[in-house]
Amino acid sequence: MAAILETKGLEKSFGSVTAAVGIDVAVDKHEVVGIIGANGAGKTTFINMVTGFVKPDRGRIFFHGRDITALSPRAVTNLGISRSFQIPQVFTSASVADNLLIALGAAERDRFSFWRPLRRKNLLESAAGQMKLFQIADFADHTAATLPQGIRKLLDIAMAVVRRPEILLLDEPTSGVSAEEKFQIMDTVMSALKAQEVTVLFVEHDMEIIARYAQRVIAFYEGTIIADGATEEVLAHEQVRKYVIGEDLRGGDSQAAPARGNGVVRIDKEAGRA
Amino acid sequence: MLTALAILIDGLVYSSWLFIVAVGLSLIFGVMKILNVAHGSLYAFGAYGAATMVGIYFDAGWAPLGSFAMLLLAALVMGAILGIVLERGLLRFVYGRDEVIIVLVTYAAFLILEDVIKLIWGVDPYYAAQLYGLLGMTEISLLVFSNYDLALIGLALFIGGSLWLAINRTRWGKLLLAVIHDREMSQAFGINVTRVYTVTFVLGAVLGALGGAFTAPMISVTPGIGVEVIILAFAVVVIGGMGSVPGAVIGSLIVGLSRAAAVHLLPEIELFVIYGVMSLVLIVRPQGLFGKTAEKRI
Amino acid sequence: MIEKDKTLRTLAIAVAIFAVAGFFLPQWAVFMLTLALAKGLVVLGLLILWRTGLLSFGHALFYCTGGYAVGLAGLWGLTDVVALIALGTVASILLAFALGFLITRYREIYFAMLSMAFSMILYGVLVKSEVLGSTDGFNISPPTFLGVKLEGESLTLGNYLVTCLLVWAAGWGVHRYLQSTMGHMSIGIRDNEIRVEYLGVSVRRVIHVKYVIAAALAGAGGAISAMVVGHIDPDSMAYWTVSGEFVFVTILAGTGSVVAPFLGSIVFELVRTYAFQYTPYTWQLILGSTLLLLILILPDGLWSLFTRRKARV
Repeated sequence: MAAILETKGLEKSFGSVTAAVGIDVAVDKHEVVGIIGANGAGKTTFINMVTGFVKPDRGRIFFHGRDITALSPRAVTNLGISRSFQIPQVFTSASVADNLLIALGAAERDRFSFWRPLRRKNLLESAAGQMKLFQIADFADHTAATLPQGIRKLLDIAMAVVRRPEILLLDEPTSGVSAEEKFQIMDTVMSALKAQEVTVLFVEHDMEIIARYAQRVIAFYEGTIIADGATEEVLAHEQVRKYVIGEDLRGGDSQAAPARGNGVVRIDKEAGRA
Repeated sequence: MLTALAILIDGLVYSSWLFIVAVGLSLIFGVMKILNVAHGSLYAFGAYGAATMVGIYFDAGWAPLGSFAMLLLAALVMGAILGIVLERGLLRFVYGRDEVIIVLVTYAAFLILEDVIKLIWGVDPYYAAQLYGLLGMTEISLLVFSNYDLALIGLALFIGGSLWLAINRTRWGKLLLAVIHDREMSQAFGINVTRVYTVTFVLGAVLGALGGAFTAPMISVTPGIGVEVIILAFAVVVIGGMGSVPGAVIGSLIVGLSRAAAVHLLPEIELFVIYGVMSLVLIVRPQGLFGKTAEKRI
Repeated sequence: MIEKDKTLRTLAIAVAIFAVAGFFLPQWAVFMLTLALAKGLVVLGLLILWRTGLLSFGHALFYCTGGYAVGLAGLWGLTDVVALIALGTVASILLAFALGFLITRYREIYFAMLSMAFSMILYGVLVKSEVLGSTDGFNISPPTFLGVKLEGESLTLGNYLVTCLLVWAAGWGVHRYLQSTMGHMSIGIRDNEIRVEYLGVSVRRVIHVKYVIAAALAGAGGAISAMVVGHIDPDSMAYWTVSGEFVFVTILAGTGSVVAPFLGSIVFELVRTYAFQYTPYTWQLILGSTLLLLILILPDGLWSLFTRRKARV
């Protein structure tokens, strides 16, 4: 099967910090790819480059064979690549329902979008359906600023999915969420995405989540890819164990609760730095 | 040649005046991120205070040259009183709100103070012109300049130099720079940000009043003199970069010299040139010539 | 699920009542109302921008453009009321369309400052243009209505009725726009531009459209003012204090409804008329204090007194 998303030799540095070098990735349709790596390994930079937020210094990005390297986030989105954010990017002063309505309205790409009312029956129904799919319907009337973190994360992802993208990039969908909620959120997201047949790339720190949801894993280390393959293989890979999951191994059994607690602390630190 | 000299000297005088008037605005913006529309009122109060006190001084028949002290005194008194009233009595309640909202708050303060002036001093003009002639005139190759105007250049240099020293060479200046750089972090490190704000605002207010006080001898002090000054000061500060003292120097020079050139060469574009330059700078370099930009991250 | 929206009904009834009242009110009151409604059009435009989080401290630019377009057309012999208003509107639209390419790059105080600078450029040019009467400006002959020349009270009433019609049309159109997807994009842009771009929408283009709409309304308002007053000059049309007044009324009225700008404008004009009469030296004091109270106590403006607070876009 031909890759729908392909990057060739991506390079990016911020001052003296190298965030990416020689990044070659090819993603096939309907794959669910996990991206792992320590803090500062270049995972978010990768997503930022693919979605046009950051321009690579060198290298090319192809979507269905078309060069999208120089495109803006808007253009990339309109081609069918959506993303979610580590820190949810929602319309904080609007309700959950209105957030989705606005996203749905934008997705219509209607020439008369300056005239046709947003609160139309079909859009209201779509918004309700989307909220149900992501299990946030209970919060429909809540202002986004007041939402619990987990719900806000789900809303962020739901807004990205409204475009019915071919590829969805999720930047740490479970960061900042309590350990108990993580699986619940991932279950919700993954079943919603399965229903829409989306190709998914997701950045994740928690190896249990990677093991459960990813078919394939790409491991980043200091701006390079050190492993790319089937999930079990990559997780068993020596360098990956050493550089990416090393801490978890030293912390003892990765199934044990305290280790998971450590993981949360580490993720929060990165979230603060964003 | 003579025109060039006239442009240069007129331009420098005008630049100096602009700097004195605008530097307080820039300082306040730099530290507190407040675009203070009421700066024009501070200028007006300075002018009224100066005219009043100079009048009293001359009526008392003391040594004429001492009247210059009255200008300083007026600026200090007016700036300090209004600065404290505005900052403690009003602005501190809106810290943390949207910058644009704070602009509106200072705009409201400006409107109120405009009428307070009328209530205190009435609508008849005040003068402090006695001072203007005291220093005499100087002839520079056929052109005659008032020494008072030339002294403004010295005053501007003095104010600019003192501020530079205060910011870069004193403990207070270091605190200020820390707060400018990162307010939250400074607070975490135990810097009393509230006090830094109050001191900065009062200092900026005194500078605004000083601008008015030293302008009083050159004009007739009437209601509404602050209105034009606000927008001129905005132009200076925007051109140089909001919140940058060196920027205020450059902004004043650009506006001052280009206006002087326009007045001598093409009077029709006198006003156009100021706002034209202001727009141009905003378009090409919105953070101003000396301003810094913040980066967006997600 | 779809709420009953009564705004358009309220607007139509209010405009109808006002229009009929015009036949019974004294001439000075009709004159004052016309002017208030004309300025209300300008404020309606600022409402669109303010909902997007943009504060134009130089909207007098378009008010003045509309006014001077009418003045210049009058010098060339154009007198028809509809043609003049259309001309003022179109002139402002063209100017805003051009400036929009620049100004849509800016937000917050930079947006406010640049719009102020633009308006002061126009002011600087007009003040020094002797052909256009410099600071004195020049007089404008009264408009004609479909070729009919009116005088005295009927002229005032004619102007007023045309204004009422325009207020209704503008209010209706803007309300439709605000309820549309692009209208709702205001809150999106105000809250989070990154998300808007990642929804595939160009923030700059959306703002550009809003800016042009706001300018069109200001141009129409300026055109009406010029015709009604019969005189234009830079100080009363382009100076930054004029823009400040529009901003004031925007905050006073609140952004809750398209009816609010007209209500706010009428209240403003009434208070000003009486304040000037009885306490000429405390007019700005009243304004300033009101503005402070609004910001501190009633941040959603006068209109919020009429609506129960609820979370909605």
